[in-house]
Amino acid sequence: MGWARRHLITLYQQATSSKIGLFLVAMIPLAWLTLFFAVPLLEILGVSLGSSRRGVPPFIPAWGLSDEGLFFAPNSDSYALLLRHSSDYLVPLYNSTRLAFGSMLICLVLAFPIALWAARARGAVRLSLLVMVLLPFWTSSLLRVYAVMGLLNPTGYVNQFLLFLGLIDTPLDLMRMDISVYFGIVICYLPLMVLPLYAVLVRIDESLYEAATDLGATRTTTFMTITLPMARAGIVAGCLLVFIPAMGEFMIPELLGGPEQLMMGKVLWAEFFRSRDWPVAAALAVLLLLVLSIPILWLRHAERRMKET
Amino acid sequence: MRSSLPFAAKILAIIGFAVLYVPVTLMIIYSFNAGKLTSVWSGFSAKWYVALFQNDQLLTALGLSVIIAAGAATLSLVLGTLMALSLERIGGFRLRWLLAFLGLAPLVMPEVVTGLSLLLLFIGMETLFGWPSGRGIDTIMIAHATFGMCFVSVIIQARLADFDNSLEEAAADLGAGPLTVFYTVTLPVILPALIAGWLLAFTLSFDDLVIASFVSGPGSSTLPIVVFSSVRLGVTPEVNAIATLIICIASLAVLVASLFMSRLILYGHRSTETDTDTGQ
Repeated sequence: MGWARRHLITLYQQATSSKIGLFLVAMIPLAWLTLFFAVPLLEILGVSLGSSRRGVPPFIPAWGLSDEGLFFAPNSDSYALLLRHSSDYLVPLYNSTRLAFGSMLICLVLAFPIALWAARARGAVRLSLLVMVLLPFWTSSLLRVYAVMGLLNPTGYVNQFLLFLGLIDTPLDLMRMDISVYFGIVICYLPLMVLPLYAVLVRIDESLYEAATDLGATRTTTFMTITLPMARAGIVAGCLLVFIPAMGEFMIPELLGGPEQLMMGKVLWAEFFRSRDWPVAAALAVLLLLVLSIPILWLRHAERRMKET
Repeated sequence: MRSSLPFAAKILAIIGFAVLYVPVTLMIIYSFNAGKLTSVWSGFSAKWYVALFQNDQLLTALGLSVIIAAGAATLSLVLGTLMALSLERIGGFRLRWLLAFLGLAPLVMPEVVTGLSLLLLFIGMETLFGWPSGRGIDTIMIAHATFGMCFVSVIIQARLADFDNSLEEAAADLGAGPLTVFYTVTLPVILPALIAGWLLAFTLSFDDLVIASFVSGPGSSTLPIVVFSSVRLGVTPEVNAIATLIICIASLAVLVASLFMSRLILYGHRSTETDTDTGQ
């Protein structure tokens, strides 16, 4: 209680001080995000503990207001269903983790040289490199994924090319392999990996490299002892910015994957739009959030460390 | 002396750029293909583009998407600016950590979760207050503004961190009120970031498929929703053409914008270059 009272007193003092205007400035975005981001997450929890029914909307939440007044009747049916059919849901969770983690590593390997190149270049070269990274980020990811479909589908350019070379006799079904999902995630998320890496790499003082070279360090030593440690915050931020949203990706496995690449986002989508079992879809969202809360909390930690450096 | 990039690293960087650009380039080239087959070249033709302008469903969806994106971007800009100012300029208010966290989480939240949670919120609000009645343009705009404001805030925060607030303090010491300080000092400095933020929020809204699918109602199918339903059926020259148009227009806008904001792109964070620049 003392904690709450101290907060109330501070709030009161801030509201009555000359900072009242600034305080209100902060309250507007805070109220917006609370209403449209935090409360909806509670709503998901409420529906996941509710029950399914025929009608509009097709569920009864675990708590809320009805004609008879407030009610609170949570049940764990949806979670029980997830447990009963756990293999149907664990496999997509495994697929999501595997594909998101794999593509995160590919993004890191491809993004690091780009970020380093941009950080060490000057003027027009640096600007062009950065614009080339930003350009795809600003254009539709749906259309970029669609472009990958054109490349990898059975009559696509890759298969045409391989058939032409005589390396294969029948077209490869690339769209039912992990490689197409990796390709899709990389084309969508690569810029998100480059930008935080660039932000840390550009701040490394170049005299450090000179000093290292003067003292006889090889390129590898310089990289391992200066570049990599100083880029750590950027690596962590970039990896999380790719991994977390990729875990719940719907569009990429839907358009670029087969049954072997079934991921959580696609399962949730199917429960919601096809089976119309909203409580189960909500329970899946809660499950996904629980799994992702580990990296999300880590991101908050990493962000704080990045601010400090 | 600057250390150059090793050869192997340059190759990796080029592979990275190839991944980003080769599929889209091929798609653009084949959108001018005369034949129905999408990977066999059979002569140049712009007929798929002509067909687009006779497709009423696409044109309606395009108009709707532009309206939603413009509204969502404007809302994002206002909210995102307020958020960035609160995070960078209000020293030590108690709920700062909460705002910082809530401003960051939507950036990484999987879209299916955001979409589903907002839909459930809108349904809950409708039962409680009778608003929003059904889902359509307004609900999509709110949903897009919620993540758009976070991107806007990130961009403006970077700009605010760039110039130290002694200018603002000096103005305040000389007797300017908070609003005067904002309009005469802060606003001109963050203007490029405001433009960049609005454009980014616009394109994010314009491109969003997943969240819009959850919170749209009958009759409010945005362009990505319409395009997605045809993309699902496979690669066709018509979709190549619409995709080419959208990507080219977006790229042109980005290129023009980046000419104006080259400084912001180059020195996204605290740097001596920008400090001396704004200090003058």
